[in-house]
Amino acid sequence: MNWFEKLMPSRIRTEANGADKKGSVPEGLWTKCNSCNAVLYRAELERNHDVCPKCHHHMRMNARRRLENFLDEEPREEIAANLKPVDILKFKDTKKYKDRIIGSQKNTGENDVLIAIKGQVKNIPLVATAFEFKFMGGSMGSVVGEKFVRAANVCLEHEIPLVCFSASGGARMQESLFSLMQMSKTSAVLQKMSQRGIPFISVMTDPTMGGVSASLAMLGDINIGEPNALIGFAGPRVIEQTVRETLPEGFQRSEFLLEHGAIDMIIDRRDMRDKISSLLSMMQNKPAA
Amino acid sequence: MNPNFLEFEQPIAELEAKIEELRYVGDDTEINIGEEITRLQSKCKGLTESIFGKLTSWQTSQLARHPQRPHMLDYIGRIFTDFEELHGDRAYADDKALVGGIARLEGKPVMVIGQQKGRDTKEKIRRNFGMPRPEGYRKALRLMKLAERFKMPVITFIDTPGAYPGIGAEERGQSEAIARNLFEMAALKVPVICTVIGEGGSGGALAIGVGDKVMMLKYSTYSVISPEGCASILWKSAERAQDAAEALGITSDRLLELGLIDQIIDEPLGSAYRDVDTTARNIRQALKDSLDNLNQMGTDKLLDARYQRLMSYGQYSE
Repeated sequence: MNWFEKLMPSRIRTEANGADKKGSVPEGLWTKCNSCNAVLYRAELERNHDVCPKCHHHMRMNARRRLENFLDEEPREEIAANLKPVDILKFKDTKKYKDRIIGSQKNTGENDVLIAIKGQVKNIPLVATAFEFKFMGGSMGSVVGEKFVRAANVCLEHEIPLVCFSASGGARMQESLFSLMQMSKTSAVLQKMSQRGIPFISVMTDPTMGGVSASLAMLGDINIGEPNALIGFAGPRVIEQTVRETLPEGFQRSEFLLEHGAIDMIIDRRDMRDKISSLLSMMQNKPAA
Repeated sequence: MNPNFLEFEQPIAELEAKIEELRYVGDDTEINIGEEITRLQSKCKGLTESIFGKLTSWQTSQLARHPQRPHMLDYIGRIFTDFEELHGDRAYADDKALVGGIARLEGKPVMVIGQQKGRDTKEKIRRNFGMPRPEGYRKALRLMKLAERFKMPVITFIDTPGAYPGIGAEERGQSEAIARNLFEMAALKVPVICTVIGEGGSGGALAIGVGDKVMMLKYSTYSVISPEGCASILWKSAERAQDAAEALGITSDRLLELGLIDQIIDEPLGSAYRDVDTTARNIRQALKDSLDNLNQMGTDKLLDARYQRLMSYGQYSE
């Protein structure tokens, strides 16, 4: 931190955490809402959980900050933080997978996509996990699968609920069939939780597609969508090319999924703590807070 | 060029055409061309062996989708007896891209489920090119639960480009249908044996692919995305599909090496369509052997082994 940053009041410092400092895109004090184009003061936007104060558009959110906002301040214990991806297939397209991993790790400050923390929400002990979309599009490879399983295992051991905030383009192609198998792996551990009667709440944020939506994300005891999040199996472009029709307005958005019965509810990000803690306390037959 | 053969098969096709021609001529000439035919036949066999001995991943992926490749219904009558097709998901429709029913394998009842592609254009459309919609996966799940109730092993045949990417499919919850099958198959209380017989296309394949034993026909493929799809995303050009096929490692021998499948079922020289009976016999033998093993395990042990196997998938460092 240089002398100028030290002088700056903390509330206008733009970095949310150490991770962002390494970000390749420098972020200023001001930002623009990508929905209503309103010019927004960044610190105020952050205080508002990255929801535009003008039009309530939910922007994509840094996974670690999401968990920090969601969980009580104490206690917090990160799960399997040291899991790292390996390039087992020596995959190379226009770029080596190995280099993509290193690039994403530098950009995000994370080892891989999924972050898992054991903590509390309004004094309800639980494990919360979140996908970092900026890490290779939130794609699910072996590390995501393994960390999700370890998070669920902590839930099984302590008989505490699991909450997952997904944001992902789907399976990680660079890990080929290994990534596909993470779909069955994560679904199997959720089966185990279900048998033991331990709640799993799935929150689908923008975007939750492909292999992630077709496995763990759709398997919540309660499925929640953030407003206007894109959620689906096939990407809109693929569908358009296949059926050669223009897609209906609002197709694959949370509101569309609610209408078609795929999710239980849509929750504003700012109400997430209140609503989820209330739901969990009822699911676990605990008195109201 | 013969449209029924792939590009790399053309030399074989030409030689075979020549042999046929000679045979035809052979009837009304005095020269003994039997010898010539035998010579050409052995040359043809040698040529086929040499071409099939060094197939690229891309060529294998073409074989897996060969216009003449046998589909599930071509095998059913040759492997099972008393097959009775069961229709519908009881909620919305009967998906023709996914076929299921009860049959007997060596006299013992089993539930057979698999995707079905069509052969001619009309049939392809009726079968939606083997791309199931949610109702297809829900039918599969209904049949699996039925099998569980009546203690029948479940035998699946995977052959699909993928789950159908359509508007209606999304409206009816394609993601949920696939996810639900993965969730339920992990705990199905009967043996489940999955065999990839052609194209194992991503989540649409996996949705009937979670089992105690996963096998692949020699020239089938199993992948998280089609080579063309992968190429158009990562190389920004579908023309790089050959490179993508190589990079993805989608062939049976590669996947066995990586420990992602358990067994390769051999195909006759020139691939399955050259001799469907032999291929079917090979599949039946592999199914029978697998079932004999799995039937000896009690339900608890079976489920535990299946779970441990699912948990073991993945490569990472710590």
